[in-house]
Amino acid sequence: MGESGVSVSKNHWSKNEMVDQVIEMLSDGSSLNLGIGIPTLVAQRIPPEKGIWIHSENGVLGVAGRPTPQTVSATLINAGKETISVKKGASYFDSSMSFGMIRGGHIDVCVLGGMQVDAEGSLANWMIPGKKVTGMGGAMDLVHGAKLVIVMLTHFSKRGELKLLHRCTLPLTGKGVVHKIVTDLGVFTPTGESFQVEKLAPGVTEEQLRMPDGLLSSAK
Amino acid sequence: MTSKVFKDAKAALFDMKDGASVMSGGFGLCGIPENSILEIRRLGLKNLHAISNNIGNSGRGLAWLLKGKQISQATCSYVGGNPDLEEQMLANEVEVTLVPQGTFSERIRAAGMGIRGFYTPAGSGTEIAEGKESRTFDMPCLLELPLTADFAIIKAQKGDAYGNLWFQETARNFSPLMAMAAKVTIVEVEELVELGAILPENVHLPGVFVQRIYQGADYENTIEIPIFEDQD
Repeated sequence: MGESGVSVSKNHWSKNEMVDQVIEMLSDGSSLNLGIGIPTLVAQRIPPEKGIWIHSENGVLGVAGRPTPQTVSATLINAGKETISVKKGASYFDSSMSFGMIRGGHIDVCVLGGMQVDAEGSLANWMIPGKKVTGMGGAMDLVHGAKLVIVMLTHFSKRGELKLLHRCTLPLTGKGVVHKIVTDLGVFTPTGESFQVEKLAPGVTEEQLRMPDGLLSSAK
Repeated sequence: MTSKVFKDAKAALFDMKDGASVMSGGFGLCGIPENSILEIRRLGLKNLHAISNNIGNSGRGLAWLLKGKQISQATCSYVGGNPDLEEQMLANEVEVTLVPQGTFSERIRAAGMGIRGFYTPAGSGTEIAEGKESRTFDMPCLLELPLTADFAIIKAQKGDAYGNLWFQETARNFSPLMAMAAKVTIVEVEELVELGAILPENVHLPGVFVQRIYQGADYENTIEIPIFEDQD
């Protein structure tokens, strides 16, 4: 659980509970891309009966569970370079088609991790100036095109800094691209100048979110 | 009629020189052209511009060329898990250009397809937009230009003497695109098959894009992160 931030409240969703919030947003039979980090946990918890088609940027649609030592293949991996298996009806394709599926609006949902997200729906998740630069990989493409872009992140950083801001201070991955935010404290929708609270984790109060005045708009 | 079939990597890379730009297929270590990379290492070619999604991973693949200090420029999308590149970036020994992976793929495809430029929303509103032309359609977009190279080194599972290729599972990734884009495409295959063995409707990359093909050998086919059932 290396990423868990310092929560003022001891009431907060576990990573699995955050994942379950995301799963609730998926329609049966929809297609889904999962970013590296926390979002990969989503694949493990989706009930098979939902019939979700998981897309991986390196060129596969229909990602299923892990292989066995007997079925493992060096040529069958996901975006995190981990071994996978595929389900019946899966397909393979090149990288241009893979990103075309996203950019062309054919993938229903993209779930990404984040360092910061802001009230305008901008996301920063690829670089911290002064620190090691790993590159943006597919992130700058993944935020454009999916019908629903969900960001999963802890509400606070390890040092207790709020990750939901009026405007991101870190280098952006995409401007105004995020539709829904799931933290360990609640589910939020960016509205331009504030975050609308859709749901809070059990026992969490708005005070505990430590949002500056005006940055939160309450659920109807 | 000159044959496209070469004996091995050494024969196929006969005219690659210092300073060449080389596209290399693969996502991490999946689908990398192991034999061609090792031959470039053996030749000690220097000052190369490597164009690849990740410039090697876990100390293998193109990282072998980094260890030989053979790469001076790198165009890529993600360099995490590459301590060799990190070290050379910090020491200013390699000039690294990061391109969003979808844009990277499409720039390479555009070069192969004769498309002189295209607009994409990826990177719009971010620092990579600096210095680029932009235009707003239904949303702000950046103008991106084709990305080509002197050579493409790629690997396919199967190929025939005309250069028709069939890729296995997710080892396909950038390779068909790079094969189209580069001036000289050099393919190594695990199985060099007879013409007709790959049915026309099953050809993933038509041979017209390929200049040289050879039967590869001694593949490591490294699995970077093996995870099995019940291990998550």
